[in-house]
Amino acid sequence: MAATGNNGIAPVVMAFDEVCFGEGGEQALHNISFDVRRGETLIIHGAAASGKTLILKLALGLLKPTRGRIFLFDRDVTRLAEREWFDMRSRVGVLFQEGGLFDSLSIEENVAYPLLNQRLLHFPEEQVHDRVEQSLEFVELGHTLEKFPSELSGGMRRRVGIARAIVTQPELLLYDSPTAGLDPITANTIMALIVKGRDVRGATTVMVTHRHQDGEILARYRFDERTSTLVPALEDSTHTRYLVLREGSVAFLGSSAEFDASKDPYVTMFASR
Amino acid sequence: MFEFLKSPVLAFQEFIRLSGRAIAGIPRKPYYMDDLFIQMDLIGVGSLPVVILTGFFSGAVMALQMSRALQTYGATSQVGTIVSITLVREMGPVLTALMVAGRNSSGMASEIGSMKVTEQIDAMRALGTDPVMKLVKPRLIATAFVLPLLTILADFVGLIGGWVVACYMLHLTTGQQFWESAWRALQYDDIAQGLVKPFVFAIVLSLVGCHYGMQTTGGTQGVGRATTQAMVVASVSVVVLTFVIGRIFTSL
Repeated sequence: MAATGNNGIAPVVMAFDEVCFGEGGEQALHNISFDVRRGETLIIHGAAASGKTLILKLALGLLKPTRGRIFLFDRDVTRLAEREWFDMRSRVGVLFQEGGLFDSLSIEENVAYPLLNQRLLHFPEEQVHDRVEQSLEFVELGHTLEKFPSELSGGMRRRVGIARAIVTQPELLLYDSPTAGLDPITANTIMALIVKGRDVRGATTVMVTHRHQDGEILARYRFDERTSTLVPALEDSTHTRYLVLREGSVAFLGSSAEFDASKDPYVTMFASR
Repeated sequence: MFEFLKSPVLAFQEFIRLSGRAIAGIPRKPYYMDDLFIQMDLIGVGSLPVVILTGFFSGAVMALQMSRALQTYGATSQVGTIVSITLVREMGPVLTALMVAGRNSSGMASEIGSMKVTEQIDAMRALGTDPVMKLVKPRLIATAFVLPLLTILADFVGLIGGWVVACYMLHLTTGQQFWESAWRALQYDDIAQGLVKPFVFAIVLSLVGCHYGMQTTGGTQGVGRATTQAMVVASVSVVVLTFVIGRIFTSL
């Protein structure tokens, strides 16, 4: 269930207000507006080059919007200085499309990286190993501590990426095409881990994907801690919303039920009918 | 009208911004000492064989080529003077910097460029690390520290090369005369010039390598392009800067 504030409405974790990116004819995002409340799941669909990844990069401050405002944890971060961003980012976990693992560091060092480098965390150094092990166990890769990313398969690298994203137990998790280029079995394993990551800690989750199956798993399943499996969720209990992008503009924004009922031919391409 | 200038001006602006941030970051925490020592080892110790070989043979070639001219004027005893002044003022710093540009500026561009195209730079920023402090600053400090040392070594080995050719191959002069004339020929401003140059070159070489790495786009092809550009720009900068610094010293 989405965490609620005093007035019964969950606070906004991330919001875009009329955000544009790029200039003139090369505008990659036009007037993007949406918000994500605490405990919600937002699935961002769209064709290739529709601006999905850009939204995550803007939300992380890796790029600056040309117009509009971006809010993170109730703070306007649109023009935040890079140094201030480092503290803001310690509240966000992210999985990049290619995993973004540091190839010169071992798996243990990769997962430990945010714990040792995020100043706000003040994580005790003597506990780093245990926390890293715990996080890798979560993605069932506890035996890979000493290995290097090049020694792992694509799916395993993506799982290490998830372990690194959740190791600091962030309030907001961003996943950029977590199953891109993976076979269906590995893709389902990754999605199960993302659902587990969301439900075990109740983290707000934003996932970019072009696979409707990924969105469905996130919207319709929840992780059952008792049986350690995914079970069908009660209607709307996952608080999932969909944002569909078409050539840099919002083609659809709404709840899971509205998404399923949409008659827009472009939107229906991302829904399983 | 000046559309064609937009891209190089923007690139130069980015280079200045990166340089400013890296230099301003030197006294600021975090220091990443491990990375600094790794870079010193890579640039300094790693470049030793190539710098020693280049230094030795440049001194040897200098003595060899000057022998005929000196014999014409009956000034073969001055071979030490010529080898020492040319090496310390010009050839030592320039050749060492060119070797380091070929080895390390391109290496920095390809390493950082590969990180850029595989989203490791973005990941670094997202995970709370400033890539300028973590990647650029250690490379800048390490190069600025080791290039003058490598140059001193190249100068010395070059003098040995000149001495071997002058005394044992061509019998132009005696060993004592060679070393005495080489030592006496050097003035303080020669040594100053010979040390200021590698220091300035080091700053430019490291920043050019890092800049091209940071600007890399377009996958593996982009990494190759960045590597080549870094090496070319760094090498040309060395040749241009040696003239500029030389001109400043001659007008002092």
